[in-house]
Amino acid sequence: MVNREDANCEQVWREISNYLEGDVDAGLRAAMDKHFGTCPKCRSVLDGTRNVIRLYSDDRMIEVPIGFGRRLERRLVQGRRVGSRGWSTWSAWLVPVAALVLIAGGVRIASSSTVAHPLQSEHAQPGRDIPPDMLVIVSTGAKDFHVPGCGVIHNKDSARTVTAKEAIEQGYVPCVRCMRKYLQTAEVERTSLEVEADASLDAEDDGIRARK
Amino acid sequence: MAEPNLVLNNPGSDTTRELDLIARVQRGQNELFYELVRPYERRVYAAALAILRNETDAEDVAQEAMLKALANIRQFRAEARFSTWLIQITVNEALMRRRRERTVVMEGIDDRRDEEGEYTPRDFADWREIPSEALERKEVRQRLADALERLDRKYREVFVLRDMEQLNIQETAETLGISVASVKTRLLRARLMLRDLLAGGWEQGWFSRLPFEKGSKPW
Repeated sequence: MVNREDANCEQVWREISNYLEGDVDAGLRAAMDKHFGTCPKCRSVLDGTRNVIRLYSDDRMIEVPIGFGRRLERRLVQGRRVGSRGWSTWSAWLVPVAALVLIAGGVRIASSSTVAHPLQSEHAQPGRDIPPDMLVIVSTGAKDFHVPGCGVIHNKDSARTVTAKEAIEQGYVPCVRCMRKYLQTAEVERTSLEVEADASLDAEDDGIRARK
Repeated sequence: MAEPNLVLNNPGSDTTRELDLIARVQRGQNELFYELVRPYERRVYAAALAILRNETDAEDVAQEAMLKALANIRQFRAEARFSTWLIQITVNEALMRRRRERTVVMEGIDDRRDEEGEYTPRDFADWREIPSEALERKEVRQRLADALERLDRKYREVFVLRDMEQLNIQETAETLGISVASVKTRLLRARLMLRDLLAGGWEQGWFSRLPFEKGSKPW
């Protein structure tokens, strides 16, 4: 603690920076001023320290490499381009990503409901006039549904019996052998079963909308 | 005898024009950003250099800091000085760079004493005030830069932020993550050590060659 009336040299050195900051109270300032008036050494330290602050705070003390400003400006322009390109890239990806999300979401919804699967074979024909309640055989991993006893039923271990309507809703197509008679007049037009399945789905959709 | 406060506390740079520029950049006119920061580009570079002590790294960090400032311009609030905000971003960026690269820095003089200990001035030569015109001479600027370079890192960083970058004591403490008391202690030592280093230079004769002395010592 500095003696408020008679500061010695060490005390003055300790506070000289705060003194120059204006960060000493009135009593301490008065004691230091009194000391500076009688001590040439401390006066020299004060003058020198004050000079240091003045010199270094001058803007000319800060020198930047030649071309610094130009390079900085160029970097900022590039940064903005990258930023905007980043947005463009992002936004360009946004549409297909969103589409994929919607598709995936749609598939998930489809899986959770009784929406008909797409035909499982690109060569498949939907058939026509197939009795909806006709019992047929389907199996996991296979594409066709069959009449019981058909000789080309695949994956018999997983075979199960369903109605023709259910088989069609699940994406199975009539076997070209055992269901031949239903394919001979097959057309691209929708079968009565498909129309029926769609009607069923529409009814479900209406139910979902009504619940919402 | 009253000693005026010699230390600049606020250079008053936040002009209406600056605030207008800030607002426009915040609204998306990024092309105005360089115009906004141009008055501070030298200080930003100096802050980075004080920490990294390598011109190439300092320039790179200064640019990175400016880009970061642009990216975060909407977070700037007018209650702070824009220049201080820029300097703080720069110092953070430089400190991160230094930590990341584990730069081996050859340190300057360190008084090897505990921060709480006393620093005794070594030179008591009476020197007259050096006019600012002396800074026109590259030799003088180089001498001052060399003296600053000789300081230990912890003193140099505080001195640069407070006396060259014009951050106040509190801002300096916050920027470096140290206490206000530490800033004051380090600042005292930095100033006294620089005074001693420069006084030695005066006595070695280089100062006497300056034109304003006309062959006579200033003290």
